[in-house]
Amino acid sequence: MQSTGRRPVVDLVLNGDAAGFGAMPARSKRLDRLRWGDALFHQLTRAAAAGVLILLSGVIISLIHGSLPAWRAFGFNFLIEDRWNPVTEKFGALAPIYGTIVTAFLAMLIAVPVGLLISVFLTELCPLWLRRPIGIAIELLAGIPSIIYGIWGLFVFAPFLQQTLQPFLIEVFGYVPGLSLLFAGPPYGIGILTASLVLAIMVLPFITSISRDVFEAVPPVLKEAAYGVGCTTWEVVRYVVLPYARVGVIGGVMLGLGRALGETMAVTFVIGNAHRISASILAPGTTISATIANEFTEAVGDLYTSSLIALGLILFAITFIVLAAARYLLLRIERRIG
Amino acid sequence: MNRLYAARRRRNAVAMVLSVAATTFGIGWLALILGVLLWEGLSGLSLSVFAEMTPPPGAAGGLLNPIMGSLILTVLAVLIGTPIGILAGTYMAEYGRYSPLTSIVRFINDILLSAPSIVVGLFIYEVMVAPMGHFSGLAGAVALAVIVIPVVVRTTEDMLLLVPNPLREAAAALGLPRVVVIGRVCYRAAKAGMVTGVLLAIARISGETAPLLFTALNNQFWSLDLNAPMASLPVVIFQFALSPYKEWQQLAWTGALIITFTVLALSIIARMLSATRKPS
Repeated sequence: MQSTGRRPVVDLVLNGDAAGFGAMPARSKRLDRLRWGDALFHQLTRAAAAGVLILLSGVIISLIHGSLPAWRAFGFNFLIEDRWNPVTEKFGALAPIYGTIVTAFLAMLIAVPVGLLISVFLTELCPLWLRRPIGIAIELLAGIPSIIYGIWGLFVFAPFLQQTLQPFLIEVFGYVPGLSLLFAGPPYGIGILTASLVLAIMVLPFITSISRDVFEAVPPVLKEAAYGVGCTTWEVVRYVVLPYARVGVIGGVMLGLGRALGETMAVTFVIGNAHRISASILAPGTTISATIANEFTEAVGDLYTSSLIALGLILFAITFIVLAAARYLLLRIERRIG
Repeated sequence: MNRLYAARRRRNAVAMVLSVAATTFGIGWLALILGVLLWEGLSGLSLSVFAEMTPPPGAAGGLLNPIMGSLILTVLAVLIGTPIGILAGTYMAEYGRYSPLTSIVRFINDILLSAPSIVVGLFIYEVMVAPMGHFSGLAGAVALAVIVIPVVVRTTEDMLLLVPNPLREAAAALGLPRVVVIGRVCYRAAKAGMVTGVLLAIARISGETAPLLFTALNNQFWSLDLNAPMASLPVVIFQFALSPYKEWQQLAWTGALIITFTVLALSIIARMLSATRKPS
């Protein structure tokens, strides 16, 4: 056997055999070594896989441990109290929780229809040669780091909204009973609405790429049959594609929602960081992640730090539930396709 | 009958126009953001950005220490996270393909993949910064590694699952143990995809800010000490953009431009790598 250059792997075992029977002990030693190596590698990979589980439990345990002082001090009231006063050390999480849910909800309200329409365009209307570039462009939106959205939102988008959309909203809805509460106050530029719009742009690619994938998984026969009986493109989408892809679309939406809930930097820049709950979506507010990002390094005192970690725990619990539901739904559709 | 037909056609036209509008809307944002970034960032881009340290308020300077810090943190995070991720992915696709552990790990990993990154920062603060008593570059690197792991696990598993079984069977038929089959056959066949995964992970962490805020913190001076706070581009951008000083804001834009184009270049390279694989 040649031993120059790259030896074929088979040699590892066989080249000891070239000398005939005399080499048997050497061969069995080699085999033993391989067997040991295999067992070792098996255990190593298994440990790494278990490591992923340990990572998650580590996150949960450390958050619970870190937030214990806050739970001891405030108990359940922490969740329903909206005071946040570092001076008197009275903390309640209601304002950030409210801000997180409202911004994420408004963002989804915009991003879901737009994302679905883009997927419809990509799967039904777009000429084949354009599909890939547009798909990539939308996915690049997902690749832009969130801090870039933040700096852009603060310096470009917020002033723009302050001069255009917000005065317009105030003018149109400011005197309509009921709606006037939603659009009350001066146009600050930054605030809940701005944060929601930036979030909507950020989660758009997630919703689009997943719903495009599930739209593409609809069997062509179904669509062809619908076209065959004279349906318009819209009717095919509405009555064939959407019902078929429903579970997957909901999964994608939940995934986007998980992102929107946990998004930190972009929101921190444009939300205004005001610990209060106001009905107006033009007013500044705060979210859980923005509060943590803004205050954590400046927090003095154990109770303050611990309250912020408790906020982190709440955020993790909310996103965990949303993401777990999303994965479960997507898993179901994967099984159906596979 | 004709009226119904006209109404259906009208509704179809409206929907189709809306979907074209939505697509232009989506792509418009991308163009707008990149355009503003180029406009604002290029005017501040010069050699001194790469040669000088971050300045005190009101003075001119560069971004050398945060660029260096970001490089160090990213390299360390990849060095820590990639081996663990590849090993775990290997278990899921090879040894434990049908074991119950695999499906649990896959589920948990997918959740970690999109878990809020600020929570990772809190986690590392609790397990590293608080016990050690000070912020450190090492803690920042570990926090980023925690974000790398799920990305690498996911792509490694996916890519190994794509390796056709006959390859494994042929190698096994030669009497090779699993470890050799995996190392010399499966990894080689899945190499491009696994490299793509690592590139995507790098793209993901090079813009991460939230996990660094209270692990690596920031450092205004040149420092390679892993045991001390370390500057990084995203954190410096965060600090400078929110400051009232013109020079700082300009540097923030320039830093943002550098990060964005690094990330976009990485994800385009990753995409090209995985695209060249597909036809085969």
